[in-house]
Order: sequence, then C-alpha cells, then structure tokens
Amino acid sequence: MNPTDLANQASATAQRALELAQQARVLAETHVAPVAAAADPFLYLLTIFLLACFVGYYVVWNVTPALHSPLMGVTNAISSVIVVGAILATGLGESIAAQVFGFLAAALAAVNIFGGFIVTRRMLAMFQSKKKG
Amino acid sequence: MAATLSTLAYLVAAVLFILALRGLSHPTTSRQGNLYGMVGMGIAIVATLLRPGMGGGGIGLIILALAIGGGAGAYIASRIQMTALPQLVAAFHSLVGLSAVFVAAAAFYAPESFGIGHAGEIHGGSLVEMSLGLAIGAITFSGSVIAFAKLQALMSGAPITFKGQHWLNLGLGILLLVLIIAFVASGSAALFWLIAILAFALGFLLIIPIGGADMPVVVSMLNSYSGWAAAGIGFTLSNLLLIVTGALVGASGAILSYIMCKGMNRSIINVLLGGFGTDAGGAAAGGGGGAERAPVKAGSPEDAAYIMKNAQKIIVVPGYGMAVAQAQQVLREMGDLLKKEGAQVEYAIHPVAGRMPGHMNVLLAEANVPYEDVKELEEINPEFAEADVAFVIGANDVTNPAAKTDKSSPIYGMPILDVERAKTVFFIKRGMASGYAGVDNELFFRPNTMMLFGDAKKVTQEIVQALQRD
Repeated sequence: MNPTDLANQASATAQRALELAQQARVLAETHVAPVAAAADPFLYLLTIFLLACFVGYYVVWNVTPALHSPLMGVTNAISSVIVVGAILATGLGESIAAQVFGFLAAALAAVNIFGGFIVTRRMLAMFQSKKKG
Repeated sequence: MAATLSTLAYLVAAVLFILALRGLSHPTTSRQGNLYGMVGMGIAIVATLLRPGMGGGGIGLIILALAIGGGAGAYIASRIQMTALPQLVAAFHSLVGLSAVFVAAAAFYAPESFGIGHAGEIHGGSLVEMSLGLAIGAITFSGSVIAFAKLQALMSGAPITFKGQHWLNLGLGILLLVLIIAFVASGSAALFWLIAILAFALGFLLIIPIGGADMPVVVSMLNSYSGWAAAGIGFTLSNLLLIVTGALVGASGAILSYIMCKGMNRSIINVLLGGFGTDAGGAAAGGGGGAERAPVKAGSPEDAAYIMKNAQKIIVVPGYGMAVAQAQQVLREMGDLLKKEGAQVEYAIHPVAGRMPGHMNVLLAEANVPYEDVKELEEINPEFAEADVAFVIGANDVTNPAAKTDKSSPIYGMPILDVERAKTVFFIKRGMASGYAGVDNELFFRPNTMMLFGDAKKVTQEIVQALQRD
C-alpha cells in the first residue's frame, strides 16, 4: 500500500468521523437536550432538598432541650420565607388573581416573620445568664 | 438584580438560617442566632424585591401587605403571655399553611411569574409539586386552627372520636391522592380548589381526636408540616431558599415530635390515632386495685417550710399545673430563700412538661430562674437519691413509678423523674384527682410523701411566708 492511498484513506476516515460527529450533535440537540433540561433542574433541587434535610437533622439535634420553644419560634419565622413566592406573584403582576393571592400570602407570612422573630427574641432575652447571689 | 445575583443572595440567606438554628445549641449564642435569622430574612425579601420585572404598583402593594402583616405580628408577639406561647405558635403555623395555599393559588393563576409554563398549560412536574404544597399547606392550616382552639380552650381538649373515624380519614386521604393525580392530568382550576377543600377537611379531622395532653406532639408535628409545605412550594417555584428552609423546618419539627413521643413512650402513630385519655378512667379503676392503702399524709405549708429549711439539696419538679396557677414567680422566690439558707436548689424538667417542647424552661426563665439550675431528665435523675426534698408542683404522671413497674398501666414505659428516691417528697395538688392519663399515683400513699393540698401559687406563697418568718 503506497503512502498516497494511505493518506487518502485516512482523510476519508476523518471525513466520515466528522460526519458522524455532526450527526451525533444533531441527535443530541434534538433528542437529548430537552430530556436533560427537564430532568436536571428537578434532580438538582431534590439534591439540595435532601442535603438540607441532613443539615437540619444534625443542627437540630444539637439544639439544647431548654431552647426547644425558641427553636419553634425561629423555625416558625423562617418558614415564612414563603413570602418570597408571595412577593413574586404580587410584584410581577401577571394576573389580578395572582396579585390578590400574593398580597394575602405576603400579609400572612409577614405576621409570622415579625411575630416569630420577636417572640423568639423575647424568649431568648429571658435566658440571659443571671448573676447569682 | 440579575438572576445569578438573587440566587446568590438566597444562598446567603439559607446559610444564615442554618446559623440561626445552630446558635440555639447554647443560650449564650442563641440571641446572635436569632439575629442571623432576621438578617437572612431581610436579605431574602430585598433580593426578591430587586428582581427584574418588579413593577412600581406591585412593590407598593407588597410593602402594604408586609406593613399590615408585620404590624399585626409585632403587636401580638410583644404582648403575648408566655403561658399562652403554645397557642400563639399554633396560630402562627396556621398562617404559614394558609400562606402556602395562597402562593400555590398565585402560581396556578400566573405560572409565567415563576417560569413554570402558561396559564392552562403548566408543566406536569410543577403541577405535582404545586398540589403537594397546596395539600400540605391546607392540612397545616386547618390542623393548626384546631390545635389553637384546643390550647386556647375555645373547644374542649378532650379527644373527639366517633365510629369509623380512621377509615373515614383513610378514605379521604386516598381520595386526596386521586384528586391530585386527576389535577396533574388535567390542570383544572376546579380540581385545584377541590384539593384545597378536601385537605382543609382532612387537617381538621386529623387533629380533633387528639387529646389536650398530646398537644406538644401536635404542635411539633404541625411545625414540621409547615416546613414541608414551604419546601413543596419551593419545588414549584424552583426556589432554592424555600427548599432549604422548608427542609430545615420540616426536619426540626419531626425531631421535636420524636422527642415528645419518646418522652411519653408512645409511637407517633399511637398519638395520631388519638383518643388517649378517654378509656383511662376504666384503666385506672382496673389497674389500681387500691385495696389496703396507707392513708394519705397531708401536711401544712409550715411543715414543708420547716423540712426544707433543714434540707441540703432540694429538687423542684414543675409541671403544667404550676403554669396554670401562675406560680413560677413565687416558686423562684422560694428557691432564693432556700438558697440563702445554704441549700442547693435545682429544677427538673420532664421532656413533655408544659404544652409545647421547652415550654417549662421558658416559663422558669421568665421568672428569673437561672438556666444553669434547670436540668433535663437524664441529667437530674441520678441526683434524686442524694436529694433531701423533691418538691413536685403541678406535675403528676411524670413522677408516677407505675410507669416503671406496672405493665397494665397506660403510662407503662414512659420515662419518669425518680422523685421517690428523695428522702421526702412534697406534692402540691388541688385534690386527689389523677393526672391526664387518668392513673392513680402510688407515691401519694408512701410514708415519705407529704401532700400539700391547695392552689399551687397559694401554697407556695404560704411556704415563702413561713420561711421568711423565722
């Protein structure tokens, strides 16, 4: 086999490989991409959720039993972070219904945010170390 | 604010929330932790307000909503009595639940705002998450309303049970799942509201059979639910902060429920099925077998004062009865006087004392009892053997030795405070009535027990006067 033939063959193979790669890319773009886009964000959120469950588990077991009531106060306040969804619904104003529901949700969550943090602060203020005697 | 920036802000807020819970591992770091929580919430709200597309009118509405709600919350929280803490927390849980329902509704009517599709054609996955957030939120709402009503004594704390209750609940639960599947398939607005109504009813039915004494578990459980509802909404809106916070709160409530159940040696299923206390009268009559019992020895506050004055080590066991009688202040005065006499005074708290986890600790702290003197069950139990006096005020079942010895007792297996090992045991009680579990306490009949009959506050006041007199 002479060098010229070899070179021609190699170039033909390369050409073929290029075509295959292009086909693969088209395939990937038309079929794989939507699947990845649909599955990935959910898996990503689920991962965060599960990791946060573990973090919560370990952090909460470390809370001293004497402070279990303040713990409820704080968790109550922070669970009202749902206000973020309410703000988006009200502020983006895509529909009147959404604005009304968003407004109500924001007001209710705000009761909790302020109420939860304030009542917790009141409780914790009582747990100051008292000077004895 | 660009999407990346707001996501980053949410991440910071999530970390601050974790630090807020972390701070509660010790009283000295706890106030700092609460501050982290507030800062985190502030960051989350500001970052959301600065997101692109926020209209001027919309922002005005939001500020109005925050001002109305925030004002009401601040007003209530700064005035509430610490004894009423459990019902306040229950009320707050109901608001988180209802808020979740409204956010789910907003997402349903304006899916574009959250990038989950268009009205009438929302992505299937988002509908699943939305209906879960909606259903859990609605259950949290109505369940918490009932818990609030029971704690506030707007309705009887007695369990409400009827025939076929559990089958009805199971049936409704299955129906709820069917509705969710149908809703995901169709995306219909009617089904959305049907799910909400059914979940409201289910939350109501789930809590009514649970008795007043089990409220610590219920409050913790609803705390957990409010977290899962927030997480469900977080998935719907693909919001990292809501998911993380929901998971934290959900885990926290679940752990507290577990601790409360363990404190009563009952499974969560047993508590949820409810009805505890209804058949207890019969159990007490059967299990007591109260033949040839020594007569009860009743004493006067002066006797108690005399004995305690000469005691080296006194352990006070406060129960919910103390809180009802508002005796915590005068109890602390008594402790101070005894300390002046050179006695060591400590307080023993049972895990289920009070109406919510840690409630008794807050009440004692409010009365200026140093938290260093307040001990948990495992910590204090070995110390009763060295104690001269165990002073039980407003507690009963949590001291009952039947929990260790009598297999037929409804409270068998419940961890108890070993007050019977102290040289002398004082019980302050209004009368000989049994505790919530409806069980007789054999301690009342022991020779080293002295009953001090009367109102907890009044009796303690008389002891204080006797101590001051000589």
